[in-house]
Amino acid sequence: MATKVVMAQLSPTMEEGRLLEWKVQEGDRVEPSDILAEIETDKANMDIEALKGGVVRKIVVEAGATVPVGAIIGIIGEPDEDISALLAEAEASMSGTPPVEDAEAADEAPADEAPTEEPATPAAPEVAVEPAEAPVVPVVETDHSHVAESSVTGRIRVSPVARRMADQAGIDLGLIEGTGPGGRIVKDDVEQAIATGSAEPGTAAVPSPSVAASGVSSVAAASGPARLEAKDVELSMMRKAIASRLTQSIGPVPHFFLTSEIDMGRALDMRKEMNQRIAPEKVGVNDLLVKATAEALARHPDINASWAGDRIRHHASADIGIAVAVEDGLITPVLHEADRKGLLQIARETADLVARARERKLMPEEYQGATFSVSNLGMFDIDQFTAIINPPEAGILAVGSTIEKPVVVDGEVAVRRRMRVTMSCDHRVIDGASGARFLRTFRAMLENPLEMML
Amino acid sequence: MADAFDVVVIGAGPAGYVCAIRAAQLGLNTACVESGSYEGGLGGTCLNWGCIPAKALLESGALAQNLKTHGEEMGVRPIEVEYDMGAAVDRSRFISDRLTKGIGFLFKKNGIEHLEGIARITGAGKVEVTPVEGDPYTVEAKNIVIATGAVMKSFPGFEIDGEKVIGSREALALRAPPERMVIVGAGYVGVEFADVFNAFGVDVTLVEALDSVVPLADAEIGKTLARSYKKRGMTIRTGTKVKSVDRESSPMILTVETDKGEEQIETDVVLMAVGRSPVTAGLGLEELGVELNGPWVKINEWCETSVPGVCAIGDVAGEPMLAHKGSHEGIVAAERIAGVAHHPMRYDNIPSVGYCHPEIATIGLTEEEAVAAGHEVKVGKYPLTAHGRALTAGHPEGFIKIVADAKYGEVLGVHMIGYNVSELIGEAGMARALESTVEEIAAHAHAHPSMAEAVMEAALAAMDRAIHM
Repeated sequence: MATKVVMAQLSPTMEEGRLLEWKVQEGDRVEPSDILAEIETDKANMDIEALKGGVVRKIVVEAGATVPVGAIIGIIGEPDEDISALLAEAEASMSGTPPVEDAEAADEAPADEAPTEEPATPAAPEVAVEPAEAPVVPVVETDHSHVAESSVTGRIRVSPVARRMADQAGIDLGLIEGTGPGGRIVKDDVEQAIATGSAEPGTAAVPSPSVAASGVSSVAAASGPARLEAKDVELSMMRKAIASRLTQSIGPVPHFFLTSEIDMGRALDMRKEMNQRIAPEKVGVNDLLVKATAEALARHPDINASWAGDRIRHHASADIGIAVAVEDGLITPVLHEADRKGLLQIARETADLVARARERKLMPEEYQGATFSVSNLGMFDIDQFTAIINPPEAGILAVGSTIEKPVVVDGEVAVRRRMRVTMSCDHRVIDGASGARFLRTFRAMLENPLEMML
Repeated sequence: MADAFDVVVIGAGPAGYVCAIRAAQLGLNTACVESGSYEGGLGGTCLNWGCIPAKALLESGALAQNLKTHGEEMGVRPIEVEYDMGAAVDRSRFISDRLTKGIGFLFKKNGIEHLEGIARITGAGKVEVTPVEGDPYTVEAKNIVIATGAVMKSFPGFEIDGEKVIGSREALALRAPPERMVIVGAGYVGVEFADVFNAFGVDVTLVEALDSVVPLADAEIGKTLARSYKKRGMTIRTGTKVKSVDRESSPMILTVETDKGEEQIETDVVLMAVGRSPVTAGLGLEELGVELNGPWVKINEWCETSVPGVCAIGDVAGEPMLAHKGSHEGIVAAERIAGVAHHPMRYDNIPSVGYCHPEIATIGLTEEEAVAAGHEVKVGKYPLTAHGRALTAGHPEGFIKIVADAKYGEVLGVHMIGYNVSELIGEAGMARALESTVEEIAAHAHAHPSMAEAVMEAALAAMDRAIHM
């Protein structure tokens, strides 16, 4: 059966693509995986491959044209096959008229005209509906919001067992978030509320975001190698409450910000010495930041995590996004597995990624899948700023300039090289205290740079 | 060249074919490999050589039994029952064929590609299919679902020869019943076959190593069934192990052992009903690094194996090895793959049903298990001896037992034996799924006269409020 070649969605943000060049001509025979055309997306230039073999029957979209994702750009089939239906669909897709659905809708419309004896035949015959080329996008489930609807409707959805349990324990059902279908409160929810005491009358269900960081010891020098591990963490009642309430306030990613000023003297001295030794190679300040971030993430796996709706996902490696300004915007190449790489390797790979990012030559996997990002505007003489989180990452570090300024050291005023960083945190994943602990490790790494080398 | 699919399901039994259909419904490009092996074909053991043909024969047996024992008193005379096991088997095959063809139709309707042959996973995302005729070929699969099922097993010395020592596959095609039959194993399969062959006039001896028939169910259920079977003329030998069988002598000699010593039983056929072994061999699981759990493939509550992109469902993925458990896993796995799953498997709420007569149906915890789990338990039991619907049907035996939590009234388990109780287990399962208490069951006006009323009475009994007791 003849198949459509469509403008595939090659990145999550891609809405349209420009056809740069056809690599085949009408009449050419192609095998699966043969490259058909080169297209330009919002991020990079990519090849479109044949998914099925056959003969290129029709090139629908000429080179140079820009078409939306999903539009038919060509047709592959057998030499003698009738492709008129696909051609009609291709034309319709270009003119923006969906072909089949409208015809069917017209069938069902209770028209004013006299009823015809036979239902009208849909304009496009069945052959046009093979979806072979479209990337499979699973049906998105309907809203399974876990937010209890109690405050809105006055009715609380709760299972009989859960209701009795709550009654006997003297628990206010209105303070419990249901995890059953449609947010129904089930036995487990009440049991958990009893266990944590989170729904006792008079207890605020949502703890204050500004959690005191008392009693937290320095974690920078935590002994033993820090290992990241991929896992899903079930959500506690408190975590659900934090996620739903704070998203209502600032959504869909509820940000908060933590700022710290770091003494960069030793790190910069170390870098200078290092660069003399490895010349002509070079380690940049940004490489130090990436290294410190990766090491800090390895010691704080709860930061190297994502909000996944019904759970928090910890990632198996620290994949650091590095924000790079390019003409007309910004792209964030990803240094994968930075927690397993040495400083020099980070420096080399980052240099390569940044260079290719500026030429827009990155492969999708090279700008997708970061677990945490670093954005450095120090070179623009910015003292301090806040960056916007790129979901599903849970945090981003905004780095300002390193400035010589007077600070008090051991009771004396001294001149020190100081750098301000501000971390934006997804409050569904990170709390004030956990973010602060991460930032303290990050700072300790840079202030005692030997730590991140060990 | 290799075809590429989003999902390749290996096996088209009740787990695999349901998984394939659900995956296709969710827009995934799906193929299903089925070899049509000894017990299989589209529909798997269940439709071909399991649940469905067995139930057809059980209905034949029940009809014969009813006419024999109740015909006269119910005003249907003269009752001169003549057995035609061949006709009963033909009917069961016809029903089986019809349903398996239905699977083929559902595959076409949902655009599922049926790849005929034996599958082997040759690497990440690669499934090699060896057709009966022709060369092996490889398809690519973003996701692989293992649904290869299980096959009947036997003991050393009791290898199935298909004639003298048979398994369920042969028993379902036994057109000329023997005079005497020993059935080894009194689980649900064993007691169902005992029911059928007894109804067709065979002298049945049921041998069980444990000390009760249906030993995994509530103890009172086993006692009730054993009593009923003895009344029908069956010999029940619990606490009895089989040692050896002499296939050459005529009649065959089966040697068994009890705590009193060895004994010999004469028989014409031995039917082995001692369980089933999951099919994992030859699939390439070891090379792929798929972890096992005993003989089964190890899965989590979303039916995912230890290898990303590989799920396992049905009998191959663990107990209970029941068709409806497998089908449900198929749906969970397909929805998980498509990213829309929100209900993981709940293995504590899978019903078990024996279609013997009287029927057995259970779900959830037994009284002993509930106490062991730390519950303060309140049991509501309603006997069917004086129950209207059971009396009119001519089957006033058995009971409904609800094990409830004394503090909250939660329905922890429901255990039933009696007329048509297989159709009552759905209410019990829903009650548990919705976390109902006995109060909600009792508060619903159940139709009269129905067997379901007995569930309501049992719920009332759990609150010491039974009306008809």
